[in-house]
Amino acid sequence: MTWRRLFRPAAVALAAQPILSIVCGFAVAGLAVLASGADPVQAFSALFQGAFTNPRAFTETMIATLPYIFLGLAVALGFKAGLFNIGAEGQFYLGAVFGVFIGYSVQGLPGIVHVPLALLAGMLGGFLWAAIPGIIKARTGAHEVIITIMLNYVAFQLTDFLINNRGPLADKTSSAPRTPFIQHAAQLPILIPGTRLHAGLFVALVAIPVVWFLLSRTTVGFQIRTVGLNPSAARAAGISVGWTLVITMGISGALAGLAGADEVLGVSHFMPPSFSTGYGFDSIAVALLAKSNPWAILPAAFLFGAMRNGATFMQLQTQVSADLISIVQATVIIFIAAPAIIRWIFRLRHTPAAPVQLAKTDGGATI
Amino acid sequence: MTAGAAPAVTLRGIVKQFPGVVANDHIDFEALQGEIHALLGENGAGKSTLSNIMTGLYRPDQGEIYVHGVPVAFHAPRDALAAGIGMVHQHFRLAASFTVAENFALGTHESRGVRLELGGIERRVSELAQRYRMPVNPRARIWQLSVGERQRVEILKALYRGARILILDEPTSLLTPQEADNLFATLRLMSAEGRTVIFISHKLEEVMAVSDRVTILRRGRSLGTVLTAATTPRELARLMVGRDVVFSLKPEGHTVGETVLLELRELYAESDLGTVALHGVNLQLHAGEILGIAGVAGNGQRELAEVITGMRPRVAGSVAVAGIPLRGADPRQAIDLGLAHVPEDRLGTGVAPSLTIADNLILKDYRRPPITTAGLIRYDRVRVRAGDLIERFDIKAVSPQTPTRLLSGGNVQKVLLARELSGSPRVLVAASPTRGLDVAATESVRSLLLQAAARGVGVLLISEDLDEILTLADRIAVLYEGRVMGVVDRAQADVEELGLMMAGSAR
Repeated sequence: MTWRRLFRPAAVALAAQPILSIVCGFAVAGLAVLASGADPVQAFSALFQGAFTNPRAFTETMIATLPYIFLGLAVALGFKAGLFNIGAEGQFYLGAVFGVFIGYSVQGLPGIVHVPLALLAGMLGGFLWAAIPGIIKARTGAHEVIITIMLNYVAFQLTDFLINNRGPLADKTSSAPRTPFIQHAAQLPILIPGTRLHAGLFVALVAIPVVWFLLSRTTVGFQIRTVGLNPSAARAAGISVGWTLVITMGISGALAGLAGADEVLGVSHFMPPSFSTGYGFDSIAVALLAKSNPWAILPAAFLFGAMRNGATFMQLQTQVSADLISIVQATVIIFIAAPAIIRWIFRLRHTPAAPVQLAKTDGGATI
Repeated sequence: MTAGAAPAVTLRGIVKQFPGVVANDHIDFEALQGEIHALLGENGAGKSTLSNIMTGLYRPDQGEIYVHGVPVAFHAPRDALAAGIGMVHQHFRLAASFTVAENFALGTHESRGVRLELGGIERRVSELAQRYRMPVNPRARIWQLSVGERQRVEILKALYRGARILILDEPTSLLTPQEADNLFATLRLMSAEGRTVIFISHKLEEVMAVSDRVTILRRGRSLGTVLTAATTPRELARLMVGRDVVFSLKPEGHTVGETVLLELRELYAESDLGTVALHGVNLQLHAGEILGIAGVAGNGQRELAEVITGMRPRVAGSVAVAGIPLRGADPRQAIDLGLAHVPEDRLGTGVAPSLTIADNLILKDYRRPPITTAGLIRYDRVRVRAGDLIERFDIKAVSPQTPTRLLSGGNVQKVLLARELSGSPRVLVAASPTRGLDVAATESVRSLLLQAAARGVGVLLISEDLDEILTLADRIAVLYEGRVMGVVDRAQADVEELGLMMAGSAR
């Protein structure tokens, strides 16, 4: 994708709806602030300060953006194959567990080897965890939404078992329930001294073009897109729909696992029993906002990272609850899901497909 | 038809626009009391829009509607019904698990209190059925009925609701020749009573056979109304298409070879509902041969195509392509052996409508060189391939990057045929390849099939359109309830006899 392509009228029209949805999301949240008796201007300017202008705020926003990039890509990839991967949160946990384990248990490797190894371990953890619902769906037709939701709880409890109460991965020397610290060589290096911004940024910025390339230039990506758009035609063309679903879930899980490993190797350097606080769930919204376009994941993730980072300062400063950003996120998604509302508010021109063709959409048989 | 009869429904200057399309462009139309009036046109000529305006489904942008000389404005279908206009849609609007009488009760308000008075309805249904010679059991459940019977129910339902003007949309598309004849008899009975029948069709033979007058639509405009007795099929076709249609393609261009390319032995398969759909089918298809599979829809044609192409598992029997047995339920192996497939449901199974034309053209080739090397799709080659095929197969498209769903039905079918035939197949299974296409597109699809046969491809042509099979096929097999009723050479084929076999009477 070139810059010229990015600013074609068609691309601008495509971006208009998400941007206007964000505007509306903030407007609705502002009304909620008003209703609660506070000043929305103050609240939002505190949110902005907390996200961008306070000391180190910008790098912290970047740090919060990174997991959203990986997880947003993970969910978006699933969408491309018609899969609703609600399990990113659980896969994130498994990726962190695998990553932290390689991070502390393997000794004597140079950083240039240890870091990639631990990141790959995280991807493997997410891959395996996500392949389970993929296989179950391909074999039995069970819906992936149900299985991935349930596997989230299994992942939480599994992590809890591993880390709490002197579990196999618990640090026996620590009084708090947590894993040992990872080796120094396994830490993602800090990019700007005095901040926490780490080299995971580069991993995230590489992940975006890689996912785009995978989807649009490889045979696997072609299969994923075809299965997502019309499984029946895919089958008729000799594509193994079941295999494609398993692979898609696996890759999606690997991206989510990468997020988990990146977080422990770059930020916390150890793993407490509960540490994600909803990154995986928010990422469904990130992917929806980006309309599953890998490039659009970057701004969408940045928006969510900024809101997450600014919310705490806003709450301290104005006593408006940090949950306000949930209102923004939720209403943005509603507006994304119901584009007719946005078109109506902003009087956008709607050019539907010719009505003569309205009989059939993609779909065919679902599997 | 009664000469000098009063107009039943009159349309003046009807305009209906959709974004980018003028579906109806100042159409004048008048149907008289007691006449059978055919509305003839290709797909996209504006027939459906016009009938939807007459039945209150759409409101015209301009123009007036008069029923029996009185101006009316329909806001909803029930207004049209109240004015005495009823419609029998191509796809029936019946609740399958309800009985015939219960379907009649739907949407009417004859029940007293909460109790449904079915007895009275059943009596009236029987009366109507007798009067119009359309036997139907009012207590039967819809799913138990054949397609022909369901159509009778739809017609009776419209009459029951007091329709004086009845619009039928492609009513014979699913009927056997005998059933169609019965329908025509019923329509004549109704017109003799003074009711008006508006008969939408693109089949010239039946328009000639049943109508009193014909109005021809082309590209949203009316080309006028003619007396059927004063016209010829040739003239109608010319008006409809805007040029002279070559009616009989010359199938002599290909010769049937000796080699058996596709062999089916004692093939058994189940339908989606688990009933027996194929019942010991034995067939042989030779190189350069077009073997037509005739039959009324739902007699195992779909399952036959799916079993051969590996989309559906078989229960027993064998399928061999060029002597190599297929594993079954493995579309990939069938493709690799050179079995091409133009499925019946072209948008549901044939292409992925939201993918671009270029992507759909490589849907079966994407994993093979030269399109793909080392797991990477060579989009430079994809573009060249797409441009080449779009030109060779005369696909009307803005660009290869256009989503396929934006194409017309005929062009979607050309994309499919371009993909399937460019892979140099041994066997082509084509299921209803011209269904829903206009005359020009039908003609080009048919000549592509003939060209394929001329190159030595074995073509299995599954079609409900008997005329199509008679035009193209070298041999004709008739499928009825999953059995092959008989195989005849085209030279010896007799329409009457084929029709009987299609209706289940053994030879």
